[in-house]
Amino acid sequence: MVKVTYIEHDGTETVVEGDIGDSVMSTAIANGIDGIVAECGGSMMCATCHCYVDEDWADQTGPRKDGEDDMLESAACEVTERSRLSCQIKLTPELDGLVVHLPEEQV
Amino acid sequence: MTAGHVVIIGAGQGGLQAAMSLRQEGHAGPITLIGAEEGLPYQRPPLSKEYLKTGEAEKLALRPAGFFDKKEITLRTGTRADAIDRAARLVRLGGEALAYDHLILATGTRNLVPPIPGVERALGLRTLDDARALREALAAPRRIAVIGGGFIGLEFAAVARTFGHEVTVAEMAPRLMARVVSPEMSARFARLHRDLGTTLELGNGVTKVTAEGVVLADGRTVAADLVLLAAGVRPNTELAEAAGLPVANGIVVDAQLRTADPHIHALGDCAVFPDPQTGRPVRLESVQAATDHARAIAKTIVGGTDEPYAGVPWFWSDQAEWKLQIAGLAAPGDESVTVGDSTVLRFAGDRLTAVETINDAKMHMRARKLLAQDAPPTRDMLAAENYDLTIA
Repeated sequence: MVKVTYIEHDGTETVVEGDIGDSVMSTAIANGIDGIVAECGGSMMCATCHCYVDEDWADQTGPRKDGEDDMLESAACEVTERSRLSCQIKLTPELDGLVVHLPEEQV
Repeated sequence: MTAGHVVIIGAGQGGLQAAMSLRQEGHAGPITLIGAEEGLPYQRPPLSKEYLKTGEAEKLALRPAGFFDKKEITLRTGTRADAIDRAARLVRLGGEALAYDHLILATGTRNLVPPIPGVERALGLRTLDDARALREALAAPRRIAVIGGGFIGLEFAAVARTFGHEVTVAEMAPRLMARVVSPEMSARFARLHRDLGTTLELGNGVTKVTAEGVVLADGRTVAADLVLLAAGVRPNTELAEAAGLPVANGIVVDAQLRTADPHIHALGDCAVFPDPQTGRPVRLESVQAATDHARAIAKTIVGGTDEPYAGVPWFWSDQAEWKLQIAGLAAPGDESVTVGDSTVLRFAGDRLTAVETINDAKMHMRARKLLAQDAPPTRDMLAAENYDLTIA
């Protein structure tokens, strides 16, 4: 299990435990985090699980995956260099303590 | 309306999205979500894809149990609505009568069962229970016959081949996925499946299912110990019809997704709505229609907006290593223009109707954006750019 902190747009912080191998998206859904919608269930068909990786964690989460840039173009909120689709970030032991920030809207 | 009781019949992705969107739009009154299946609302698309490989049912839940308490959504699973009393604004559930101020029909579809002798021997793939039974059947080596060469049949066939089973897909139409893609794309996928080792019988539907296998239209028998019925679906319209609402290949709704009764909307797979582009009545079986309809209906109910629904359709299908993505909606006779190895543009006259791509998220997203414009580029304009959507 690794700890993940989700910080919603209004500042609400939720710390949850996620399983290694699960995605940051599915961990959010399983824990009822409102700021992640995940309409397509991680099939890379939408951008409703957009998150901003905290700057302290940008190196550990690595670069965007194939196609992620293209999907992020349809994100509802501003896309920055720290923007990721949370379905494409898989939890690893190195990501214990990960912090992600959530946009105001996903749709 | 921000107060009042909203009842949603159908706890699939569309029904759940309607409940979530109502809360998001500020609906403060009670919401009741009624589902015929047991358990939490779940995602269906992975049933013929990832779930068949992993068997991880717990990953399918769309939202955890606690979510429904938190959002004050009353979820009633394992519950069937028996009738709608429109005059009294009641939904009848067994002996109970549930009063509503607003009703949303999200009843979805069920498998179409063609009148083939022995068809009851075939398994279906629609619910989690169906998928569980199929996974168990796949635990031993099988000779598999699939009735129907659409998304579900082909996704299943691709997974079954990965496991090393013998697979034959029998399709009545002369090509695969004929209802949803161009002949060019059908041909590509036929090559893919043949390369995977699947036997395709095209224009050669199943006429009989027996203990030995299936009999094809040309008289041959394909030996099979597992038969999957994947011959399409039929909308669940009986409740609406019995309540006197117009039904024609689905529950008929207007541009605001309202039925003939202003207190009743319908969404997703069960709803026939005017195509925003052409006005012709269409019914779409997709996550996109379910969720976009749900959001539009929530806005209408809560905010009283009267804007016509204008979502751009999109679809996907994962077959082996190929992700087929479709943006827009083509009619079966629309013309095709092939671009490169992986893209087919569809046109009705001068109008771009759909873009089909394989493993090309960039092109797909570009197409979705173009099709969402008030005046998307015409065929002539696109031809002048060699049909390169990324620069159009």
